[in-house]
Order: sequence, then C-alpha cells, then structure tokens
Amino acid sequence: MADYLDKQDIKDIDEHIEWAKINEDVVRSIQNPRWSYWVAVGVCVLLLAIAVSAEVYQYNNGMGYANLDWPHMWDLYIATFVFWIGMSHSGTLLSAILHIVQADWRKPIYRFAEAMTTFTLMTAALFPVIHVGRLWNIYWTLPYLSDRGIWPNFRSPLIWDAFAVFTYLTSSALFLYIGSVPDLAICRDNTTGFRKKLYTVLSLGWLGTDTQWRHFRKAYMIMACFLIPLAVSVHSIVSMDFSASWNPGWHVTTFPPYFVAGALYSGCAGIMTLFILLRHFFRWEKYMTLAIFEKNAKLTFAIAMVWTYLNLIEFASAWYGHDVASKEVLWAKFTGPYSPVFWSMMFIGSVLPFTLCFQKLRRNLPLMFFISIIFNIGMWEERYMIIAPTLSLGYEPTAWQVEWPSIIAWSIVLGSIGWFGLLFLIFVKVIPSMSMYEVKEMVYHRKTGEDAPPMTLPAYALTGGGHGGLHPAASKSDPEGGG
Amino acid sequence: MSFKNLFHHWSRYRADKEHGGFQHYEHMWVMAFDLNKCIGCNACAVACYAENNLPTVGADRFAKNQPMHWMRIERYWDEPQLTKAHAEGSEDLEDFQAFGASFLPMNCQNCNAAPCEPVCPVAATYHTPDGLNAQVYNRCIGSRYCSNNCPYRLRYFNFYSYYDYSWPAPLNLQLNPDLSVRDKGVMEKCTFCVQRIRNAKDKAEMEHRKVQDGEFQTACQQTCPTSAITFGDMLDPNSQVAQLWSKHQVQIGKAYQDKENPDLRGYRVLEALNTDPCVMMLERVREV
Repeated sequence: MADYLDKQDIKDIDEHIEWAKINEDVVRSIQNPRWSYWVAVGVCVLLLAIAVSAEVYQYNNGMGYANLDWPHMWDLYIATFVFWIGMSHSGTLLSAILHIVQADWRKPIYRFAEAMTTFTLMTAALFPVIHVGRLWNIYWTLPYLSDRGIWPNFRSPLIWDAFAVFTYLTSSALFLYIGSVPDLAICRDNTTGFRKKLYTVLSLGWLGTDTQWRHFRKAYMIMACFLIPLAVSVHSIVSMDFSASWNPGWHVTTFPPYFVAGALYSGCAGIMTLFILLRHFFRWEKYMTLAIFEKNAKLTFAIAMVWTYLNLIEFASAWYGHDVASKEVLWAKFTGPYSPVFWSMMFIGSVLPFTLCFQKLRRNLPLMFFISIIFNIGMWEERYMIIAPTLSLGYEPTAWQVEWPSIIAWSIVLGSIGWFGLLFLIFVKVIPSMSMYEVKEMVYHRKTGEDAPPMTLPAYALTGGGHGGLHPAASKSDPEGGG
Repeated sequence: MSFKNLFHHWSRYRADKEHGGFQHYEHMWVMAFDLNKCIGCNACAVACYAENNLPTVGADRFAKNQPMHWMRIERYWDEPQLTKAHAEGSEDLEDFQAFGASFLPMNCQNCNAAPCEPVCPVAATYHTPDGLNAQVYNRCIGSRYCSNNCPYRLRYFNFYSYYDYSWPAPLNLQLNPDLSVRDKGVMEKCTFCVQRIRNAKDKAEMEHRKVQDGEFQTACQQTCPTSAITFGDMLDPNSQVAQLWSKHQVQIGKAYQDKENPDLRGYRVLEALNTDPCVMMLERVREV
C-alpha cells in the first residue's frame, strides 16, 4: 500500500489496478459511502427547506420582498441564473471536448462533471420561474398549441434562452445517460435486491457485445460532437439577454465569448470542488489522483487567464469608446458603491488563480477546496456586477438608485445550492459517478504504454457487461475476457 | 403568407418608413409637453392615479423605489444657479426659483421603435394600429425585461398586491370601471388613457365619422392647470398637436431633427437612441 501511495502522486492512474477492484470500488460508492456523504445531504436538505419557505413567502406576498425595485427589475435571481448556466459548461468541456481531443486523464472525472452539467442546468432553470412575477403562467414562454393562437415572441432573447437551455438540458441528460449504460450493466451484475431491478431497467439490456459497443461508440461520439456547439451557443444566448438590450454596460459585442469564458472558469472551479468531495466520500484516492487534479487545476488557470483577457478587452472597449453612458457605468463599477464587489471579483478572478501555478499549493487539497469555492464566489460576483451597476446607472437620471438584495432573495439563492447539491448527491448514489469502463480503458492504455487510445482496440476488451466482473482472478489473468 | 404579400408588406414598410412609418395607421396619437408652462405641481400625476386605478404604494415602499406612478415629474436643477446658490451658503432646497428648478413630466413615450416590444417573451406588449404601445396585462408574466430595456424607465411593476392596501372597503367604489385593477406580478405603464381613446372611437364609429380633435382629453391633459399638455392625432393635420409638432419641426421617424431655426424648442427625450418617441417636449427658455 505504501508503495502504491508513492506512485499515485506522479501518475494519472496506477496501471496495476485490477479491473475487479475498479468495479468493486465504484459499485461500493452507490452502496456504502462515508458518513460525511450523509452530512452533505443533510446540509443540502436544510438549505433547500429554507429556500422553499422563502419562495412560498415571496409567491404569496409579491416580488417586492426580494428587494427588487423600479430600476432594478432584474437582480439576484438573474445573476444566479447566469451563474448556474455557467457552471454547467465544464461538464461538456470534460466529457465532450476532451473526449474528442483524446485527453484520457478526463476519464475518471468526466461522469460527475457531466452530471454537474445536467443538474446545474436544472438549478438554473428554476431561476426564471422564481424570477417572473406570475410564475403560474411561465409556460406561456413555450410555443405550445393554444386555442387562442398566441405564440411566444420569437424576437425576445428570453425565448432564445428557453430554447437554448431546454435543448442543452435534454442533450446533456441524454449524453450522461448514454455514457453510463455500460456501467449500469456492471451495477446490475454486481448488486442485489431492488438495486438489481433498477439497474436491469436502466441498463437497457446491455450485454457488452461487439455490435453494442460499436453502436455505443458511434452514439457517444455523435452526441459529443453535437454537444460542443450547443454548449458554446447556450451561454452566448444567455449573454444576449444583456447584449441584445441596450443598457449602458450591457450593450457589448464581446459578451458572448466573455460569458463562455466565465462559464468554463466557474465550471472548472466547480469540478475541483466536487472532485475533492467525491474523492473523500467514496474513498476514490486511487482513481481521482492528484495528478489528474493538477491537470484540471492547470486547465482552470488557463481559462482564468482567458477570462482576465476578455475582461480587459471589455473595459478597454468601454473606456476608449465614445459612449459616455457606458463609460460612466464602468467608472461606477471601479469607484461606486459596488466597487468592493468589483475589486474582490477582479482579485478572485485574475489574481487568485496564480495559486494554481505552484505545485505545492495545487497538491494541497483542503486549500484547493477552499480556493475553488472562492473562485465560484468570484464568478458569482461577476454575474452580479454585470447586472446591478448597469441597472443602477441607466440612461434615466431619475432612476439612479443603488439597491441590495433582501434576505428572502439571499435564502433562495443559497437554497439553490441545496437543490443542486441534493440532486447531485442523489445522482452519485444511484448512478456510478466514475466511469468504470473508461477507467479500465485508461488503465489498459497505461499498461500497454500507449499514449493515445487507439480506436482499433477490440471493444469487448473493455467491457463492463457480462458476468464475472467481480472475479479478481478472471480479470487479472485475462484482461480481454471481461465480457 | 405568400411571397406577394411579403413583398407588398415590405414595400409598404419601406415607403412609409421615410415619413415615419405610420401613414397606414388608423390614428397616430401623440403628445406634446410645453416645459415653459410646466410648474411641477404634480396634478397630472394625481389625475393619472385617479383615472387609471393606480395603487398608492405608501411612503415606505415609495422610499424603497417601488413606485407606481405612470406619470412622474422629474426635477432638475440649473447647474450654474445651483452652484451659485451653494456658494452663497443657501441650503433652502425649497427655493426652487433661486436654484433654477425645471421640471420634466415623463409618461410612457409610446416609442414607434419601442425597445420594450421585441424583448417581451410572451408578446404582452405590442404596437397597436393606433400607434400606441399597448400593454396586455392578462398576457404579462412579469419577466420585467421590458422595464430593463426602456431607456426612460417608464414601466412600473406590481411588486405587491395593492388592492386591499390602496382601496380599503369604501374606497374601492372610486375605482374607474373602464379599466382593470392590476394584481401583483404584472407590468404596467401609461396608456395615453386608452379607455378614453376607445370610448371616443366607439362613439365616432357609431356616428360614422372619425374622431375629432379635442373630442376627448387624457386625464393628465384635462387636469393640467397651465395647459402644458397637448394630445391628439398626428394624422389629422389640423389637430392642435400636429400643428405644434410641425411648427417646432419635430418629425417622427428621425433620430436627429435638422431644424432650420435653432430657436425652435421642440425635442424628444433621448432621441439619439432612435426610440422614436411620440412625446415631444418644448424646451424651457430661461432668462439669464
């Protein structure tokens, strides 16, 4: 064991892990996590309960209790909506983009990242519902067949939003499910009781035959290719809520790439947080290694620098532009009442990532856990800084007001973390949150010394289906005989 | 829709656009404020409350910037006079005269290129064939994008349910039956007293004629003690308001007015944003 611990610091994964051990460790995660898992569930339920009561209060008494006011028609809710949409992007980055460029270090961590995509989208989709004044009529934004023959207004960026988010949500959920099918088959083979029944249904009759693998690979690749432009377009469309409007500070051409960069940034930070949590909950130190964590940290650093660059571009274009109103909004961000939020955002977003440059700090997981959460607070501040100062300082001087959100709004925002956390924690308990068959692939490639996974590899070699998966002897002696 | 129709609409749009784009409208309701006459008495705002069933939100909510006044009087100070008064040590802000207060009454500008219209997700706000920017309360879901996109911030949102608060038992009898009382979660704004327009139009239709100029007034216009407000049909060249607009050479459909005489006082608020408002202001002239 001591021998093993030495190795795990340098290598992405130990190539001598037995395949049965992988199955065992992952299947155990859906049966028997650490007690800290249940603490996390409790915290999430508590947050959610607070949020639900706040929302009930707001629903009964009016939106005014969120401290929304006349210039600040949008505030915390939309900022948090954008934040959660942003969080969703890195799942796709890991599961689709890195899949296509064949970066195999993604393999142990992409499944939960993709789950994060799906659940952050589900969290984000709550916020327009919470935000609108008459939420019982929210379905009017969908083009359903109506007796009155009224359709939504297709010119509105909010409608584009609705389409983009729902498309992305559907696709990412499908992608997540398709990718899990071989693993669900392993769970089916290694569990008993109600779990066995559940996984029998979920695994769609997966046996791990050649034909199934071939179809699986194709479907997976097609979904990956489909998802990448979707991910980019979703946040670009969300940014058009602002840039298609003409408020000073919002009417900015660089908003789509700026939003996508911010999205990837907060998503990567979110992956760092969940990486550390899952590694702890499920005792996955052998799979979610420090080497992989470091790679993700470096990726985060790169994206943070892109974000910084786009920020500077945005400031420069406002600063050198001729639009007085935009310039005033920018100056108000620097010096006005929102400046503490602004400068802490700049510090967190652009300066703090330099901690990721040092290996010693990168390998300090408690510190990284803390810092990754701070990153996401910074990214949340970014979204708030986009919305609030502009509305405080619009074209109309009478409407120049500063306003801060109320306790109701804050509890709903915090509760959304509980909602996301609860969905995610239920997911990791039901669906194996680490891809067994791809970790086996990775181990196999490391063992045979191949850098890139060859596409010609016999598919049955990597199977998760069939029987005997838990037999150490079977998988140890014959890596080709899993299926 | 056939291609023929498409081309027909497009060519009509292009032909009309040069003259403001409203030539095929039934009416074109426009307004003019003479700021020389405005004394900032707020009577128009009060009249609007009475006519349009606007709730009184209470001092605390007003202080929280959650007002519900469709018509508001903005107060601006004359910068040189204000500096001078401050230099003299005068702190009495009630002395409007000395500080050079001037007033800008703002109601919905009923823009022809209204920024609020394209952004509504459910098309609850749209342009009527009368040139009005209409708000359909029943359709509104309260996404509040329209208010964000209004550069004048002239749209007000029902943050609370005001019915019991604003009109306790006998007071609800004072409500105007010609229009609805809006509940929480709905955006609303000045309609140019659309219920009065409808009444006048219905009456005119019964008598087989067009609505005459001066046949009806908006509530604010009716109440203004100095007659600073003019309202009427732009498509009727003899109407008072149309003549006022042409006298001051303000044209609908143009972001910049090229005037022969710089002394002409007409302008429209934030005209350069190309919202093309239907409300003209006549600049205040000061004796320096």
